[in-house]
Amino acid sequence: MTVLLDVEHLSKFFPVGGGPNQLARLKRRLSGGAERLPKVYAVDNVSLIIKKGETVGLVGESGCGKSTLVRALTRLIDVSGGSIKLGGRELALKPARVFARDRDRARIQMVFQDAGDSINPRFTAFDAIADPLRRLRHTRGKTLKERVEVVAGQCGLPPVLLSRFPHQLSGGQRARVGIARAIATEPDLLVLDEPTAALDVSVQAVILQLLQQLRRDLGMSYLFVSHDLSLVRLLCDHVMVMYLGKIVELGPARAVFERPWHPYTQALVAAVPRFAGAAAERLRLKGEPRSPIDPDPNVCRFYGRCPIGASDCKSKAPVLRRIGSRHVACHFAEEFVVQRVGPVHAAQATRQI
Amino acid sequence: MTAPPALCVDRLSVEFRTRSGLVRALDDVTFSVRRSETIALVGESGSGKSVTAYAIMGLLDPAGRVTNGQAMFDGIDLLAASPKQLAAVRGRQISMIFQNPRTALNPIRPVGRQIADVLIRHGKVPAREAPQQAVEMLRAVGISDPGRRASAYPFEMSGGMCQRVMIAIALAAKPSLLIADEPTTGLDVTTQAVIMDLISDLATERGMATIFITHDLALASQRARRVVVMHAGHVVENAPTADLCAEPRHPYTAELIAATPDSAASLDDLAAIPGSLPDLRRTDLPPCRYSERCPRKTELCAQPLPQTAVGAEHIVACWNPLPAHVPLKLAIGAS
Amino acid sequence: MTDTTAVAPRQSPLASLLRHSRHVLAENPVTSFAFALFLLILLAALFGPQMVPYDPLASNTAQTLKPPNAQHWFGTDQLGRDVFSRVTVATRLDFFIAVASVALVFLMGGLAGVAAGFFGGWIDRVVGRIADTIMAFPLFVLAMGIVAALGNTVQNIVLATAIVNFPLYARIARTEANVRREAGFVEAARLSGNANWRILIGQILPNVFPILVVQMSLTMGYAILNAAGLSFIGLGVRPPTPEWGIMVAEGAAFMVSGQWWNAFFPGAALMITVFCFNLLGDGLRDIVDPRRRT
Repeated sequence: MTVLLDVEHLSKFFPVGGGPNQLARLKRRLSGGAERLPKVYAVDNVSLIIKKGETVGLVGESGCGKSTLVRALTRLIDVSGGSIKLGGRELALKPARVFARDRDRARIQMVFQDAGDSINPRFTAFDAIADPLRRLRHTRGKTLKERVEVVAGQCGLPPVLLSRFPHQLSGGQRARVGIARAIATEPDLLVLDEPTAALDVSVQAVILQLLQQLRRDLGMSYLFVSHDLSLVRLLCDHVMVMYLGKIVELGPARAVFERPWHPYTQALVAAVPRFAGAAAERLRLKGEPRSPIDPDPNVCRFYGRCPIGASDCKSKAPVLRRIGSRHVACHFAEEFVVQRVGPVHAAQATRQI
Repeated sequence: MTAPPALCVDRLSVEFRTRSGLVRALDDVTFSVRRSETIALVGESGSGKSVTAYAIMGLLDPAGRVTNGQAMFDGIDLLAASPKQLAAVRGRQISMIFQNPRTALNPIRPVGRQIADVLIRHGKVPAREAPQQAVEMLRAVGISDPGRRASAYPFEMSGGMCQRVMIAIALAAKPSLLIADEPTTGLDVTTQAVIMDLISDLATERGMATIFITHDLALASQRARRVVVMHAGHVVENAPTADLCAEPRHPYTAELIAATPDSAASLDDLAAIPGSLPDLRRTDLPPCRYSERCPRKTELCAQPLPQTAVGAEHIVACWNPLPAHVPLKLAIGAS
Repeated sequence: MTDTTAVAPRQSPLASLLRHSRHVLAENPVTSFAFALFLLILLAALFGPQMVPYDPLASNTAQTLKPPNAQHWFGTDQLGRDVFSRVTVATRLDFFIAVASVALVFLMGGLAGVAAGFFGGWIDRVVGRIADTIMAFPLFVLAMGIVAALGNTVQNIVLATAIVNFPLYARIARTEANVRREAGFVEAARLSGNANWRILIGQILPNVFPILVVQMSLTMGYAILNAAGLSFIGLGVRPPTPEWGIMVAEGAAFMVSGQWWNAFFPGAALMITVFCFNLLGDGLRDIVDPRRRT
């Protein structure tokens, strides 16, 4: 399969505050490089590849950086370092502000989590779906109307609903409008940011099956961001687990969930409520994540919450390395691979907040 | 030997007056919770599960009205109680925790004080001792360095910690019944696990009954001993968890299980539930509000809903329940 | 499989707007009343001068200070001019002042505020400082100052009213734009190829407009009162131009001696008009906001 998206060493950091008031900030800035502003490393040296037609899941909890990563990949925000190549063309250098008018804008689109929030309340469904067509494909008039109806039909929206406003549509219908808008320009890469999180479970299946169908029909690649591991397991070929800005595990979805190799992934998988299952293996992460501000580059980001807390973990940060068909960032990954030790039990962590 | 019920809700019916009509939010809701028991009230949005909790606690919107029913707690009918009686019970014997911890906490009051307020008001603790006991409560809910945290404000704490504070506030007066309305929706899954563990542990430790309200059937099945499934303001099934998950008898329950991602082997196995919720403003609602979308509908379904006992402690509100001992996949679609 | 709710027939946006307007008016009798009154005032403004029985400027010394009677419905003033004609003709001027002020402040304040809220940075700071400067003065005193410095013309009254109301509109517009800046639909618009200015005009402004509409209706009432107030102290429209404020000013002196009609009728016209505009604000918002559509 050909490579569609090639991301290398992507970083995004945000300077933090810098002082309690403007005077302090000004002083800091004037004093030059001596006092650097502290930074939050939202995305830290992330590399990934998405091939054509593939579905990659992105999981991680709040604060792991997946929203920032997604916004960087879709060029809604600028990056602090690294490269993003779409079909060979470098996108990271162009400022986000002008990317809206770029010729490749139509190739990466996004479906948002809350469809109600992502559609202008004063736009009808038709207007919402027509917007990218008008702006990116310069479609007008009758062609536009026909195209919108075709796309709406592909997403299971009858034409009568097109003249409605978002608040007049049900949650499932709004989700379909969001999807129709995203696929209208036939993008190569579709980023799905928790597309069913705001929907009832009764409607979830239909929307997911629609997404599956569209992917087959239109040959798109998906980046499926979700906190719901069960959905990622069902929909994705590969999965990427993020923690505090770094990828900790990357591999085939089913394998990663059935036999996770990184302690964080193990805790994540153990925490997912299993239907009719007891809260079996008590793998509970204690405490809060480490501070994302100016993290020590020599310490593993997971150190302190990880049940394993060896001296290696705080003297040398693990790199993402390849083991078989997966990539894992842990010094002790091999232990889990050969199952020399069983699932790690929650130990008294050295640091508890 | 079954313990006597801590809370017994009988034929609760609630209506809301709205601009566009009268919404019959709840109709004949009946269930009970025993001491030390954890039950789950499961349903999708619009099922009426939260309304039930608010009605019991007397926190209904002014447009809402209880039109029928009783909620017997410790010999008093909460729905008919005077404000004075209700104030004596609420916060002290029955407590509630809400979905969004940040909005449920007072943003301009340190968390320690908020706990102390409850201790003074409901726990009858002298004002001098309350701050110290508040710190102990924070420790009990797993917040480290509680002495320092007691003077923190909600905005300084993460979602998980705020939820712990809310639990501390709810349990400060040692209630015998806790109502938890979607307490972990919006929290990370690892935090969710820890919070649910906490609630379970505290409930066991204090012999507290818990009503756990959620839309997540998997979560409910993991944490509750008994599940009450609601649909469009009705209780459709009420059974011990193991029985419900292995042998659902109501068609809606079966559909709900099939729609839960965890129970599906592949995406094609994942089912959607056909149809949609009926408009609760209609005056011509059928007695069974699921019948219009139900594949097993018969002429019997035009009659008022039955409460059929299909097993020990297993009740179904259906004229044509699924037969017993049928594998889940076959159950849907059969008639 | 699709999930459908009750399907309504397809309509053009205008038909939908009219239908919704009818619905709002039917539901809310107060708004209907205000609307009807507004139409009446509008008619008086448009056609009044052609339809009045007497020339509003023509004095008639034989008929001075006559109480309301069959020939002069509202009586006559101290120069023998028909009060009814003057009140009716004044409608056009006062209405014009109201509409012009509101249009000007909407453009100035609305655009400045929206830009400040959406872009932030230096635009926000500059607009903020301008608004702060204006707000530092007691508003009527500022209006007086502007008219006194620039001259007693209708244009200057309009300008003064607009300037005095600028901070309010700028603040409302800024807040609304700021809140929506991070909204999902703004990001979606960026993904759809909209440049910033297009988002501002095409996405943000239509959402801010309904909120400003309510304010605009209230400002119309204020503008008339402002003009009347300025005229009352001699800084507004100059006599003999009929304008409610001047008429009240001139007629006030005669109240004591019992000739109440001089001041009463223009005063009543003022009151009714302002009252009407205030009532209209709510109704207009209901019509313009699509979220209230069913």
